[in-house]
Amino acid sequence: MEITTRSLWTLMHGMGFGALYLLACSGALVELWRRYSPNAQQPITSRDESFLRIYFVVMAGLAWLTVLTGAYIVYPWYRAAAPPGTASLAGFPQRLLMSNPSTIAWHSLGMEWKEHVAWLVPISITMAAAVFIKYGRNLKTHPQLRTAVLGFTLVSFLAAGIAGFFGAMINKNAPVEGGQTIHLVHGESR
Amino acid sequence: MSAPVAFPSAKLPNGSGAAAILAAGIGAFMVAFFAIAADKSAAFKSLMIFWKPTGPLSGVTTCAIVVWLLAWAVLEARWRKRNVALARINTVAFALLGLSLLLTFPPIADLF
Repeated sequence: MEITTRSLWTLMHGMGFGALYLLACSGALVELWRRYSPNAQQPITSRDESFLRIYFVVMAGLAWLTVLTGAYIVYPWYRAAAPPGTASLAGFPQRLLMSNPSTIAWHSLGMEWKEHVAWLVPISITMAAAVFIKYGRNLKTHPQLRTAVLGFTLVSFLAAGIAGFFGAMINKNAPVEGGQTIHLVHGESR
Repeated sequence: MSAPVAFPSAKLPNGSGAAAILAAGIGAFMVAFFAIAADKSAAFKSLMIFWKPTGPLSGVTTCAIVVWLLAWAVLEARWRKRNVALARINTVAFALLGLSLLLTFPPIADLF
């Protein structure tokens, strides 16, 4: 069992940071909706408040790690130009997608949307984290601030979902492969 | 188990929160704005290539982040000790965020 370094980075970008962000996002939305509603009965302890503060900071960290590894590590491999006369486009995912009418939209619509919409995620969640750090349980008495934090977190979830969906589909149609091969497990032939 | 704590003072002004919210709306919109500008103008597109392997995306996102952080700093300095009309600010911020979602969608961006 082996994996290439490019494949490993793509995995870390999408299934590591990105997928973890999506999971964390659903938790934050539920917590904000239930516990920080002005009508919520259960009191918020300082421990609850600290937990959500750390949770938001980790989410913001994951969002930034996702877009930065995507834009500055994986994307350059994706968009690399094939030298003239290249017989196989397997190492050039963008060119591979664009070479076939049945896959070109994965680039022209999917990647073109994904590469920009993904940046709404760290911007939105950094704001949500900053507002929560500042106001904490006071959000219960500032319902409009809570609405904004909830709304931006929800949109970040949607944007991360769009980016994640297209990332997965693009990598399925034209995988980012190459670089050094890392041997994970040496199997035995039967 | 930590004990429940009564609500801290509700006197904390909403200005800091409003500054962060509006700046985030501006930052999100700037991503779409710079992306469309780079798509429409070849000169602007080449200007946006801050790091060649990533291409214009490097400049588009860096510029949007710089505008976002500058807007945040300016608004924070002006509003941090004040209570502002948050309903209006939320409306503007959500409109900018919604526009950025729409304008990053290629079939809509291509209308310009």
